[in-house]
Amino acid sequence: MEALVPVLIKTLFIIIVAVAMFAPIITWVERKQSAVMQDRIGANRADIAGITLLGLLHPLADVLKLLTKEDVVPTGASRALHLMAPLIAAIPVIASFGVIPYGGTYHFGDTTVNLVVADLDWGVLYIFAIASIATYGTVIAGWASNNNWSLLGSLRASAQMISYEVTMGLSLVGIFMCFQTLRLTDMGNAQDTTFRIFGFLEHFGWVNSIGFLSHLTLPTWGIILQPLAFVLFLTCVMAENKRPPFDLPEGESEIIAGYFLEYSGMRFGLFYMSEFIEVVVIGALTTAIFLGGWTIPWLSQADIIGGITPIFGVGFATGLCMILHVLTFFVKVIIMIWLQMQIRWTLPRPRYDQVMDLCWKVMLPLSLANILVTALVILWIQGMKA
Amino acid sequence: MSAPAVFFYLFGAAAVISAIAMVLNVRNTVASAMSLVVTMIALAVVYVVLDAHLVAALQIMVYAGAIVVVFLFVVMLLNLRRDTFTPPRERLAKIAGVVFAIGAALAFLQLVPKSLPTVQAIPADFGSYAVVGRALYLQFVLPFEVSSLLLLAAIVGAVVLGKRRLS
Repeated sequence: MEALVPVLIKTLFIIIVAVAMFAPIITWVERKQSAVMQDRIGANRADIAGITLLGLLHPLADVLKLLTKEDVVPTGASRALHLMAPLIAAIPVIASFGVIPYGGTYHFGDTTVNLVVADLDWGVLYIFAIASIATYGTVIAGWASNNNWSLLGSLRASAQMISYEVTMGLSLVGIFMCFQTLRLTDMGNAQDTTFRIFGFLEHFGWVNSIGFLSHLTLPTWGIILQPLAFVLFLTCVMAENKRPPFDLPEGESEIIAGYFLEYSGMRFGLFYMSEFIEVVVIGALTTAIFLGGWTIPWLSQADIIGGITPIFGVGFATGLCMILHVLTFFVKVIIMIWLQMQIRWTLPRPRYDQVMDLCWKVMLPLSLANILVTALVILWIQGMKA
Repeated sequence: MSAPAVFFYLFGAAAVISAIAMVLNVRNTVASAMSLVVTMIALAVVYVVLDAHLVAALQIMVYAGAIVVVFLFVVMLLNLRRDTFTPPRERLAKIAGVVFAIGAALAFLQLVPKSLPTVQAIPADFGSYAVVGRALYLQFVLPFEVSSLLLLAAIVGAVVLGKRRLS
């Protein structure tokens, strides 16, 4: 039972931060950002005794509105499945936080603090598996509603989500080869170093001619080692999330609201919230895999602790390093959320055949080519070292 | 009972119950498919308890995440509602089914105690993707490549069948 307490604390922390803090705030961020981009004022009317807090009370007002709405199950609907679908959509999204590390491993004397709920050896596979279950929420929601528009939304969702799952998995294979692991904490540690940009020239005997260039370094982040994989992966997870520009299953101008057309009140709210929580999951996952996770570029954990220890002692240095790392992680997550919002309000929705062509005819071949090139380069580097 | 044992029996029972629910729900195709998904996920949990992590992940990704979704896709595309697909239920077939089920259960109970392997300690990295990958790409390269060729042939066949006109 003793081992259970830290796990519970870490679970509570990540759920409070991601689900209870980030998700409601980004519903507000989304409105404000769209308002700025469309030259409007945006959400600013909800108030308590005249205090609006820049419109930050809107998420609260939304939740109150959704909770007090009537919960309608349409006639002829498959009642049990209709009630279950929002849960099937929401639970996997929250469960994926379980393996995403928001900090490294820190040693305080005898105790070791590891800032991840479950440090699984097959961490990325767990996320793929969990994400594939979320498909059922959408598919079942549309079918159980006994509505043709919903059914069309479900059909679109199932085809879109299965297609992009394939490329999502393949786009990360290059990353697995670079870091030689599927464990997300190991990936974070592997990104806590730097490499010399022109270091390979030394192999050709050009050491003197490159001079100061040999001191230029870059962090070994996934996005620097595998830039194409980053673009492919981000596109795939955004398509999995079904937010614009990939909101074909919802397509309000064509099929009204698609798969959640027949949902009201908090059951609609669950679909709505799980999309926003997934935005946070995508931010956290891309940060952990591509943006160095919790690490600070050009400043490794050993450097930070070694630099502060002479002044304040080891315990304080480790604690400070831990806090810095967690803050760094969430700053990167916020940057990724901003990027997703920017894409969401910039790009229009493509046609459905264009979405499918993008997946099968562009991104799948590109991800396979990425694997081939990565394998060749790794073989070449190993040959050079040997 | 240790925690893994509790999970094993809990999800083993869930797998059996949902498998039965799948058969009983044959008139409601979607509910039947969802029961199949529950069976797959319960089996995956059993695999996790047995330290076969890669198999568990693949079980959910491939079976629950892809194959059954395609089943559902077809069911929804044909829009099979309740009772549009009703297999005939005859008294004789029912009795025959029950007799065969009892016979199979008896045969199973007789065979199982003899075929159980003796318990032995497993290596620390048992069932990890690294071990499975090494076995697949070093020890069993030829069968692996042959089966991938087979899958390629299946994909090409599906495309040919799916195309209305080859130009």
